[in-house]
Amino acid sequence: MDKSLSWREYIITGVIKASGYSAIVFVALIFYFLLHEGLPALSEVPLADLLGQRWYPIENYFSILPLITGTLVVTLGAMLVAIPFGIGTAVFIAEIAPRWTRDILKPLVELLGGLPSVVLGFMGILVLAPFLRVFLDLPTGLTALAGSLLLGGIAVPTVVSIAEDALDAVPQSYREGAWAIGATRWQTIWRVTLPAARSGVLTAVMLGLGRAIGETMAVMMVTGNAPVLAVKLTSLFSPVRTMTATIAAEMGEVASGSVHYHVLFFIGLVLFLISLAVNVVASAVVFRQKKRAERVLS
Amino acid sequence: MKYFLVFIAFLAFSLTSCGPAASLSTSPTQASAYIENKGSDTIVNLALAWAERYQGEHPDVRISVTGGGSGTGIAALLNGTVDIANASRQIKPEELQEAQSKGINPVEHVIARDAIAVIVNPENPVEELTLQQLSDIYSGKINNWRGVGGEDRPIVRLSRETNSGTHVYFLETVLRLGEKDNKTLFSTDTLLLPSSEGIINEVRQNPNAIGYDGLGYVPKDLKMIAIARQPGDSYVLPSIATVNDNSYPIARDLYMYTAGEPNGAVAAYLDWIMHSDEAQAIVAELGFVPIALTPTPSP
Repeated sequence: MDKSLSWREYIITGVIKASGYSAIVFVALIFYFLLHEGLPALSEVPLADLLGQRWYPIENYFSILPLITGTLVVTLGAMLVAIPFGIGTAVFIAEIAPRWTRDILKPLVELLGGLPSVVLGFMGILVLAPFLRVFLDLPTGLTALAGSLLLGGIAVPTVVSIAEDALDAVPQSYREGAWAIGATRWQTIWRVTLPAARSGVLTAVMLGLGRAIGETMAVMMVTGNAPVLAVKLTSLFSPVRTMTATIAAEMGEVASGSVHYHVLFFIGLVLFLISLAVNVVASAVVFRQKKRAERVLS
Repeated sequence: MKYFLVFIAFLAFSLTSCGPAASLSTSPTQASAYIENKGSDTIVNLALAWAERYQGEHPDVRISVTGGGSGTGIAALLNGTVDIANASRQIKPEELQEAQSKGINPVEHVIARDAIAVIVNPENPVEELTLQQLSDIYSGKINNWRGVGGEDRPIVRLSRETNSGTHVYFLETVLRLGEKDNKTLFSTDTLLLPSSEGIINEVRQNPNAIGYDGLGYVPKDLKMIAIARQPGDSYVLPSIATVNDNSYPIARDLYMYTAGEPNGAVAAYLDWIMHSDEAQAIVAELGFVPIALTPTPSP
């Protein structure tokens, strides 16, 4: 091998390695930054206050519970919308629709995923919230439900796109085998194709969940942002305040280094840990299923 | 790997050492007069708009405007670092004491007024409220429009976000009725909307809603509530006239303070602000209430 070629090889390998490691480095740096800015909140605000009833930072009420429950309610609602719709659409595109429908539908769904969330939020304010108020006879349409529906809509394209890829990757012979032993189309989809694509479908759901939990703009516009402790069943139909909306609304004006500033970073840290937990659980489930599948196949 | 550690250390250091340090100032090039102007965040946009217009007409004057809050501005005036302090409140007795101990006599100039209009949907039959009723509505004591003579509808309370100066002013003047040791808070189910537009939209389509906003921002198709200070008093609708004669209760003066009577370029600038139609037209454009141009005796 001539010398210049080996040098080039060395540089290219180096660049590729660096880009690979950079993801780890950036996550580590962000985590460090969040810890550095957020942990002082724990010593500045008593734990009992952090887990109190009220979020009203200009009078030093720093309870993050209303914000966490707000995020949970909105995200759970969004998943109730996104999972059935997303997987249903993916199954239709991959298993049922004829080729030409599929060639139109999939790019359209992906286009939907490219819509800026602020545009959806604007439609939420002008169309969805007034409709919900009249249709469900609520005091106001700016509720967790409006946020859930919008977020569900935002997460659907992510779920569809990845779940469809996973279903598409299931070998045709699986389906043919099912049909050969007399299974109906529904039985084939429910008992064979979906289980075979399970890990990909689960990844789709988790990425959709991640998209929903981190979404800010649309949520801030339609959920009303009232920091109410959302622990009742009716909380879905009342205004809530999410963690992301709180950070977005308040970070711009907060004095750097103040207690409020540290608490906002602490909320960011909690958000980071929640999505980390979601990802760890997801990959653990996928990993376990792979092993079982391998056991069956061997 | 070693290089990466160095890289991490470098990035970590640069991330932690950076902090916000923003200030708006114009570059001082060949000007004969410099005016330093600092203070209230409520006024900062207005002060910037004035400074821009004034500098356009007087190229020899340079005005630098920074925010930071009324207290910051007055402190800077007493330390002699600024010529004009902007304040959305009057100078406090302790600040006045400090000024006197330094031999400074702060002079107050009312430069504009700021009024908050309370708005409801035009379908809502309620026309007038007292300050006490407003306080009870926003603190969660009254939860149905029946409680203030309206229809049997739940009340949906709308407010600006807590970082808005308007939110704080509304809290102090309306919820706490201007009483210093009153600790009333907004009801937790008050909707905190990030923009004036959000409040206006919701009030426009929701007959349950009540909101507030700067007088200059209220569109014609929404209904403003007439407000009385005390139950026996007359109910007053906000307008430039009622704000200027002090009969509308949710209004405040906005001030500029100078150390002693102003002279030279500062005096000319303040005179332009307070006594020119042009400067007061900018006040109206930014949603504040212009002061009456005929000189009024100061209170």
